[in-house]
Amino acid sequence: MSTHVEEISSHGPGIPTFAKVWMALLAMTAIEVFLAYMQTPMMIMLTVLLGLSVIKAALIIAYFMHLKFERLSLFLTLFPMLIFCIVLMLIFLGDAYRIPMMRPPV
Amino acid sequence: MSTHVTTAATGSLWEGGRSPYLTNSKKFGMWLFIISDSLTFSAMLFAYTYSRVSNPNWPTPFHFSPSIVFSSVMTFALLTSSLTMVMAVHSMNQGNRAAAARWLLATMAAGATFVGLHLTEWMNLINHEHITAFGNEWGVPQFGGTFFAITGLHMTHVVIGLIYLGVICQAVMRGKFKAEDVEVAGLYWHFVDLVWMFVFPLVYLMSARV
Repeated sequence: MSTHVEEISSHGPGIPTFAKVWMALLAMTAIEVFLAYMQTPMMIMLTVLLGLSVIKAALIIAYFMHLKFERLSLFLTLFPMLIFCIVLMLIFLGDAYRIPMMRPPV
Repeated sequence: MSTHVTTAATGSLWEGGRSPYLTNSKKFGMWLFIISDSLTFSAMLFAYTYSRVSNPNWPTPFHFSPSIVFSSVMTFALLTSSLTMVMAVHSMNQGNRAAAARWLLATMAAGATFVGLHLTEWMNLINHEHITAFGNEWGVPQFGGTFFAITGLHMTHVVIGLIYLGVICQAVMRGKFKAEDVEVAGLYWHFVDLVWMFVFPLVYLMSARV
């Protein structure tokens, strides 16, 4: 990330880089669809899909949204807070697991 | 990209009157919107997940053909639209307004394809799987509620994006607006693509039936 003070002229990646990112995104999507077609066990599937989704999101943010080429302070202002808030939402997961066991038998 | 921000060499960037992120205010504003909108979609995806975890008989209504095939083509359309959007920004930065307008039109075409396929997929679910926002034959109304809320909100974002890009495109063709305006529109469009990168696997692929 650039740290110039006098003048910033942010340099982005070229067309070949964009094309490579696009092909990587398509390849990861193909892997995801293949896993669904093979009816992969639920937990393996969820882990792989979430992992690939985070990688795809990171590629889109870094290259297409250009964040890799912005100042580090912009990233630090926006993303740690976002990730922290999203992780906080996990707090109700235990409750969701308990609900089926708490239902009275029909 | 072509954005130039000049600041004095002395003193702290954070004392006011400067641009500490060395970016223009439109772009920073769009980033703030994107972060807040990310939390909205995160909350909805968590609501979907919790509903699923708390209902062991969660439906798996997405047959590989046509639902997964359709949604895969939709994903391809959206990913390709992101590439054409990047090309529009790239052309604009090089001062080629005609090329930028063509790439913007290509982006809108891919976005419109996405919306068309998505509506077809919705109609398939409603008419053939008998899933509505309030009920289905599995007896788990939370499925339709969360599914239509998430995908509906996402589709709304795509439609708003199409209008936004349309406004930007006609301005670019008339020689108005700067490269940074196209770049800010691009940020929004990529965000719409980014959200789909979570909706597609978590909602569609995790409920696929071969």
